[in-house]
Amino acid sequence: MAARQDASAADRPAFDLAAAVKDAGFAALVMLGLSVPILALRSDQNMSNQLVLAQRWDSVVLACVLVFFGRIAVAWLRRGKAAAPSKPFVLPPVLARTGPPAALAFVVAYPLLMLALNGPLGSIKWIDNFGIQILIYIMLGWGLNIVVGLAGLLDLGYVAFYAVGAYSYALIATQVIPATYPDLGLWAFWICLPISGILAGLWGIILGFPVLRLRGDYLAIVTLAFGEIIRLVLINWVEFSGGYAGISSIPRPSFFGIPFNASDIGFAAVFGLEFSPIYRTIFLFYVILILALLTAAISVRLRRLPVGRAWEALREDEIACRSLGINTTNTKLTAFAIGAMFGGFAGCFFAARQGFISPESFVFLESAQILAIVVLGGMGSLAGVVIAAILLVGGIEILRELDFLKQVFGPDFDATQYRMLIFGLAMVLMMLWKPRGLISTREPSIVHRERKAISGSLVKEGHG
Amino acid sequence: MEVFVQQLINGLTLGSIYGLIAIGYTMVFGIIGMVNFAHGDVFMVGGFIALLFFMVMTAWLGLAVLPALMIVLVLGMVFTGLWNWAIERVAYRPLRGSFRLAPLISAIGMSILLSNLVQVLQGPRNKPVPPMFTQVLPLFEQNGYTVGIGYKQIVIMVVTAVSLAIFWYVVQKTPLGRAQRACEQDQKMASLLGINVDATISLTFVMGAALAAVAGVMYIMYYGVVNFSDGFIPGVKAFTAAVLGGIGSLPGAVIGGLLIGLIETMWSAYFSIDYKDVAAFSILAITLVFLPTGLFGRPEVEKV
Repeated sequence: MAARQDASAADRPAFDLAAAVKDAGFAALVMLGLSVPILALRSDQNMSNQLVLAQRWDSVVLACVLVFFGRIAVAWLRRGKAAAPSKPFVLPPVLARTGPPAALAFVVAYPLLMLALNGPLGSIKWIDNFGIQILIYIMLGWGLNIVVGLAGLLDLGYVAFYAVGAYSYALIATQVIPATYPDLGLWAFWICLPISGILAGLWGIILGFPVLRLRGDYLAIVTLAFGEIIRLVLINWVEFSGGYAGISSIPRPSFFGIPFNASDIGFAAVFGLEFSPIYRTIFLFYVILILALLTAAISVRLRRLPVGRAWEALREDEIACRSLGINTTNTKLTAFAIGAMFGGFAGCFFAARQGFISPESFVFLESAQILAIVVLGGMGSLAGVVIAAILLVGGIEILRELDFLKQVFGPDFDATQYRMLIFGLAMVLMMLWKPRGLISTREPSIVHRERKAISGSLVKEGHG
Repeated sequence: MEVFVQQLINGLTLGSIYGLIAIGYTMVFGIIGMVNFAHGDVFMVGGFIALLFFMVMTAWLGLAVLPALMIVLVLGMVFTGLWNWAIERVAYRPLRGSFRLAPLISAIGMSILLSNLVQVLQGPRNKPVPPMFTQVLPLFEQNGYTVGIGYKQIVIMVVTAVSLAIFWYVVQKTPLGRAQRACEQDQKMASLLGINVDATISLTFVMGAALAAVAGVMYIMYYGVVNFSDGFIPGVKAFTAAVLGGIGSLPGAVIGGLLIGLIETMWSAYFSIDYKDVAAFSILAITLVFLPTGLFGRPEVEKV
C-alpha cells in the first residue's frame, strides 16, 4: 500500500508512478496465486461421470492484467486524497420537498403509463416483474428497516417472518376456509391479510423473547439460525406444509369479492370490460403499493413516538439507554414484532400473487438480499431503501433483458448466472465505499429552533 | 451398544472436520471481534482447490493416492491461506474502525460472492472424486453387527490431531503465536510494544484458512463429493461449535466441534435424520441464550 500512503501524504501530492506500478505488480501476482487452481483449471464430468480437467490460462492472464491496470487506476484516482469523515448527504430543499410526491405520482401512474406504452399483453412483464417485484422488496425493506435501521438489531432471519405470512395465507386459504366457511372463499385474501401479519408478529415475539438479550453479531447469527430452522421444518414436516413440493393453487385475491376471471361475475364482466389478465396485475400492483405506503407511514409515525425514540437511542448506545431507565428488552421486542408483522403482510401478498409457494422462496439469500437493501440504502432511511431496492432488484431484472450481452460474449452467455455474484460484490464494494449506506444522515425527531442533520459517521452506533 | 460405538466413531470423525473449521471462527473473533461469515465458504474454496490439485496429481502426474493427498494437503493450505489473506486485505481491513456491523455485512457479501464465484468458475454440479481408503478395520462384533472404523476415518483423525498439534505449537511456543495472543488481549498495547498488528491479524486469517483447507481436504475424502454451496451449512455448524466451546477459546473450538459432530450423528441415529440440521441450529440458539460464554469462554465485559 506504499502508493496510497505516498499519494495521500499532504506534502507530496504528486502521483508516484513507480510505487503504483510496484504495488499493482504485487496485486497481479496475488491474483495469479488466487486464480491458479480455481480459475485456471475447470473440472467437468465426462460421459462416464468422471471428472476431467480443462485448462484456461488465457482467463488467468486476462484477470492478472485487469487487476494490474485496475490497481494503477485506483491509485491514480486516489492520489492526494486523505481520509475525511463523510459530510452529511442532504437532499437539496427543492428536491426534498418535491421529490417524494413526484415519485409517488409516478408510481401511481406507472401501470397506466406502461399500459399506454406497451399494450395490455406487453405491459404485464413491466408491471409484474418490475413494478410488483420491486414494491415487494421495498415493503420488506421498510419492514426490516424498523428492526435494523431504527432499533439497530441485525436480523439475518427476516425471511422467516415472510415465510410465516406466506404459509399462514396459503394454509388458511387452501385448508381452513374451504373446510369451515366455503362461502368466504372470495374474501380469503382480505381475511387472511391481517391474520398473517398478526401470526408473523407473534412469531417475532416468540423468537425474539429469548434472543434479544444478545448483542450485535450473536443476535445476527441466532436470527439466521431461526430462519433456517423454520425453513427446514417447512421442508421436513411434509403433512403440514407439503415439504419441497410446497403449496399450489392458492386462491388469488379478489377485487373485494369480485374475482378476476372470465366468468359472468368476474371483474371484467361486472365493469363491462373485455377480459384480460392485466386487470389482476394492475390491481395487485396497487395492493402492494398501498401496503408498502402503509408500512412507510407507520414507521414514520412510530419514529416520533416515545417507543420510536427509544429504538433510535438504543441503536446509538445501549448502555446509555439502559442507564436512562429504558426497558431495553421491551423496546427491542416491539421493534422485532412490528418488523415481523410487516414481513408477514408482505408474505401474505407474495403467496397470493404467486399462487404457489415452496421453501425454495425463503432461503437465507432472500434475507441477505432484504438486509442488503436496508444497509445499502442507509440504515434508517426510507428513501434510501427505495433507491437500493430499485437498484438491486430492478438491476437484477434488467440483467435478464440485456440481449446485447449475448452478442458481445457469445450465444451461451447467460447474464442471470452472474446475478448473485454481482450482488455479493456490490455488497462488499458498498461497505468499502460507504459503510453507512447511500443516505446515512441522522435526522432528529424533535426539533428545537433549527432543523439540523448530522452525518451517520459521527455517531457511535452498533451495540444493539 | 454396537450402534452407539459406531456412531461415536462417525461423530468424532465429523466433529474433527467441524473443529478444524471452528478454529478459524474462534481465532478471528478472538483477535478482531468479528464473525467471519465467509469462513464456511473459505472452507468450500479449500475443498475445491484440493479437488483440482488432487486431479492434477492423480490424472496428470499419475501419483498414487497417499502421496498425492499429502501434496494436496500442503498446496491446499498454502492457496486457501492466500485466498483468506486476500479477502481480509480487500474486504475487512479497510473497515477496521468502522461501525460494528460493517465488517459483518461485508463478510456476508463475501460469502455470497465466493460461493457464486465458484459456481460460475466450476459449474453448479456436484464434483465427485473417486473413492479412496475404502477399507474398514473391524473392531468387534455384537448382535450380528460389525463395528468398524474406516481407514479414511483413521486418516481424518490422525491428520486432524497432527495439524492441531502443529497449530498448538505455533500459537503457544513461537514468537508469532505470542504476538497473536498479545493482539488478542490488547491491540493498542501490543502495537506500542512493537508488534505489527496488521500483519498479525493477516496471519491469523491465513492460519484459520489453512486449517479450513485441511478440513476441506478431509471433507472431499470423506464424502467423495463437493459442491459450490457446501460452505454454508458446515460453516454455520462450525460456528455453532465455536460458540458452544466458548468463542475465543481454541481448545473450546475443538471440543465444541467434536460435540457438534457427536450430537449430529447421535441425533440422526436415534431420532430423525431429517432434522439433524435443525438440531445443530437449535443448539446454537440454546447455547447463546443460556450459556453465552460457552463452555470455556471468558465473559465479555464492556467498559464505557
